[in-house]
Amino acid sequence: MSAVPQSQPRAYLSINNVEVIYDHVILVLRGVSLEVPEGQIVALLGANGAGKTTTLKAISNLLRAERGEVTKGQILFQGERIDQLNPSELVRRGICQVMEGRHCFQHLTVEENLLTGAYTRKGADLQAELDKVYTYFPRLRDRRKSQSGYTSGGEQQMTAIGRALMARPKMILLDEPSMGLAPQLVEEIFEIVKDLNGKEGVSFLLAEQNTHIALKYADYGYILENGRVVMDGEGKSLAENEDVKEFYLGFSSGERKSFRDVKSYRRRKRWL
Amino acid sequence: MTFFIEVLAGGLLAGVMYSLVALGFVLIYKASGVFNFAQGAMVFLAALTFVSLLEMGWNFWLALLVTLVVMVGVGVLTERIVLRPLVNQPPITLFMATIGLTFVLEGLSQMVWGSQPHGLELGIADVPMEWLSEKWNINISKFDLFAAAVAGVLVASLAVFFQKTRIGRALRAVADDHQAALAVGISLQHIWAIVWAVAGFVALVAGMMWGVRNGVQYALTFTALKALPVLILGGFESVPGAIIGGLIIGASEKVAEVYLGPYVGGGIESWFAYVIALVFLLVRPQGLFGEKIIDRV
Repeated sequence: MSAVPQSQPRAYLSINNVEVIYDHVILVLRGVSLEVPEGQIVALLGANGAGKTTTLKAISNLLRAERGEVTKGQILFQGERIDQLNPSELVRRGICQVMEGRHCFQHLTVEENLLTGAYTRKGADLQAELDKVYTYFPRLRDRRKSQSGYTSGGEQQMTAIGRALMARPKMILLDEPSMGLAPQLVEEIFEIVKDLNGKEGVSFLLAEQNTHIALKYADYGYILENGRVVMDGEGKSLAENEDVKEFYLGFSSGERKSFRDVKSYRRRKRWL
Repeated sequence: MTFFIEVLAGGLLAGVMYSLVALGFVLIYKASGVFNFAQGAMVFLAALTFVSLLEMGWNFWLALLVTLVVMVGVGVLTERIVLRPLVNQPPITLFMATIGLTFVLEGLSQMVWGSQPHGLELGIADVPMEWLSEKWNINISKFDLFAAAVAGVLVASLAVFFQKTRIGRALRAVADDHQAALAVGISLQHIWAIVWAVAGFVALVAGMMWGVRNGVQYALTFTALKALPVLILGGFESVPGAIIGGLIIGASEKVAEVYLGPYVGGGIESWFAYVIALVFLLVRPQGLFGEKIIDRV
């Protein structure tokens, strides 16, 4: 557990040594620890199946719907344990997940989608809240009467993020926002994330496969491999790290490495 | 011509009665993907409870209120005891569970209230309206019209509930995507309990109407079977579909009985609906108003 950064008092969300097992047998997370300081964007990077989504779902407690279970470790938000809370209580406390693949309510209009986001906030001024979302996503205002199933992938991603915003979250768990989107649109979405982070003070924990763009916007990053954190650091330093360049950004250091070299190298790199 | 109109109107109004039962199915199917076979038993339970309370000399409204409470309670308990432990099980498991529930509800209601048939009277006679008969020689039952009006009010209020309220929106959201609904903080258990309670309420209305027409007896359970062709026609997840489907089924079986029946020796009314349903399954399996699966390409 030496990998865990010393817990700072400002740590907003912290995950300590979390283990997740699916269906009682499949071990997906093998003791993941990470922290998200208040007001920061933290990226969770890694290949397919590394455990990024599982980590996010462990936090938002959506694992049970998929027969997954946190079997070890603890999750703290603002200093309180939250690993036994149900999803709706978590949303009330300010943690919202935007799931991979958008998951808009297809037969609801864009505006209805946004309104469901405020489900936990009975009696709030929803019109003001809608207007705020529309200023961040002007495109959604134009499409607000369309059934969201018929809007474009980018618009659906915006709807999904906007829907989370309607709950007035302190922290958004954003899963793979770049999935299936054109590079330009990905950039646009990340700009908005940055904006929300700056202006609304929303902290983000985002899982991404697109390491390049994620590190460009993230303050801090963690790299997951096989359900373990194998590396972490500030966004910039990770982006400049030789290993990250080699394995995640696709830059080659010049001389070609044989597969065996790569393997042994990776094994050495794992210190957890 | 007047005879045809009479047959048609009679059929349409009978169809409304089917719609009332079908509505209960639609509500639960839409929100939880469960085909609730027990809807017919719920209709029976509601009607039996209501009529038994009336016969004990209770005030009409008080009996109605208590029955409503019972039905809501049954809905909530069903969610708690039957559905919650079966979350994530395949649909066929849930379907079997509702078949089990059918017999439990039947048994329980007869255990509490006894099994003899009752007559139910709501103060509106099941007789033809005089002015219609006199003027145009068309016989349409007052009660049929009343049932149609009740169904209309029920559907309108359900529509408003689904389209305009926070809970209604959440219900539709759950119907679309369970996971996403969880993620925005909607409690599925909460929503399912509400849906079952609403379905219980619809069962109560249907049970009252059917009770007046056929008496409150065990056979009410089988109204559920009459709702099946309506659902196939209208689509399992559409409230308007349940209404239109009911009207079409009601009208076509009456018309078929009167005009087609004599050629084949009569008695086709009871199964003609299923013929229509089968034909529909071949042509348009999702039903008239079934939700199109949105598939962007």
